[in-house]
Amino acid sequence: MSLAIIDYGSGNLRSAAKACERAAREGGYTGAVSVTNDPEVVRRADRIVLPGVGAFADCRAGLDAVPGMHAALDEAVSAGGRPFLGICVGMQLLAARGREKVVTDGLGWIGGEVRMIEPADPTLKVPHMGWNTLDVRRPHALLAGVPTGEDGLHAYFVHSYHFVPDDPADVLATTDYGGPVTAIVARGTLVGVQFHPEKSQTLGLSLLRNFLAWRP
Amino acid sequence: MLKARVIPCLDVKDGRVVKGVNFVDLRDAGDPVEAAAAYDAAGADELCFLDITASHEARGTLLDVVERTAALCFMPVTVGGGIRTNDDIRALLLAGADKVSINSAAVADRSFVGRAADKFGNQCIVVSIDAKRVSGPHEAPRWEIFTHGGRKATGLDALSFAADVVRLGAGELLVTSMDRDGTKIGFDLPLTRAIADRVSVPVIASGGVGTLDHLVEGIRDGHATAVLAASIFHFGTHTIAEAKAHMAAAGIPMRRDPSELSGAAA
Repeated sequence: MSLAIIDYGSGNLRSAAKACERAAREGGYTGAVSVTNDPEVVRRADRIVLPGVGAFADCRAGLDAVPGMHAALDEAVSAGGRPFLGICVGMQLLAARGREKVVTDGLGWIGGEVRMIEPADPTLKVPHMGWNTLDVRRPHALLAGVPTGEDGLHAYFVHSYHFVPDDPADVLATTDYGGPVTAIVARGTLVGVQFHPEKSQTLGLSLLRNFLAWRP
Repeated sequence: MLKARVIPCLDVKDGRVVKGVNFVDLRDAGDPVEAAAAYDAAGADELCFLDITASHEARGTLLDVVERTAALCFMPVTVGGGIRTNDDIRALLLAGADKVSINSAAVADRSFVGRAADKFGNQCIVVSIDAKRVSGPHEAPRWEIFTHGGRKATGLDALSFAADVVRLGAGELLVTSMDRDGTKIGFDLPLTRAIADRVSVPVIASGGVGTLDHLVEGIRDGHATAVLAASIFHFGTHTIAEAKAHMAAAGIPMRRDPSELSGAAA
């Protein structure tokens, strides 16, 4: 089992790598976790993680600046059906477009767009920053054994924009912040989480172990 | 529901914790990575490293600390101190920091906040505001930004400065009362509240925590969404769990997940 974490000049790569390494070790996987900007490594990987910290447009530009990476991702993930996990902006990039500051095209693998959060309660601050629980809309292997709901475990969020898919069925879980905010999207072999599993202690490590074990 | 955050803060100089920490079961109280792992296992919601290293050469030491912490701790880490350029920020993020806290550089040149936010996203940019009350006891309260550990006045009004940096892209403000820092008599609540009510982004209250009630006040009366403290945790006066239980009992929503982590990564 090999896991490729895409290095496109954005994101907390080391944190993502360390959390994936630990999840792999605990899950008994011996394969390599590699942080890479090499499209060939991505083409050969069994699983792919796209992290992301930053502005949508900047992340998109960063991805495009790695020669051959977009094509390799299309080949491995979109056409090849390799399990894919997007984290934070890496999840938002699944969308057709983002509206952070400027309108930017995403990868377009899941229809919809990334919009600013607008909590119904005006006293709620944006960014939505801190620990919140997950409201799950349908069962999924990613969340196997993870306590969710108001009394469940917490995930660490830090974002001002969220993914609004065209098809509500693509939303796997929401979190409550003056109304539902998209927390996880899932379609086929794709999953994307708005929060940071690599920073979400027990919940995050459980989720990463589940991603490694997932056979969509 | 979003929970209030409890954030222990470690002052780091040349790669070592200064002021010291005094936990049970810690082999080396001066090692920031061990302290970070202890807080991670204790259920801290976030960790703040404040690099007070005077020399630029020791920056590599800090990056090493952040790297080793990221390998052990699966909670968000904010690093502040001496950050002046986007290259500084990138290096810290690559080492494993999640957010950076900008202080003097934002005071010297506010446009830096905008450049940093455009590059790394607002959510990554914390502006740290050190403020001192400058109005007399019978005047309307007014606070000014100070630098150099509270010794140097800047003439900048703290509220206008806060509004400015948020407009430019700060995603969070760390508001420290220089009058209260180290006093253990509680946050400057009027300051915290004035800024929190003025800006649209989360505010972390800092400076003056001596009791668990002070933490409650910071959220309830100061309208902060997070509270930062150092000595009450470092010296074992209170644990993170005690702080959270106390705040929850006062009606504040708190995260109290069971932790499977004990800094046990190989």
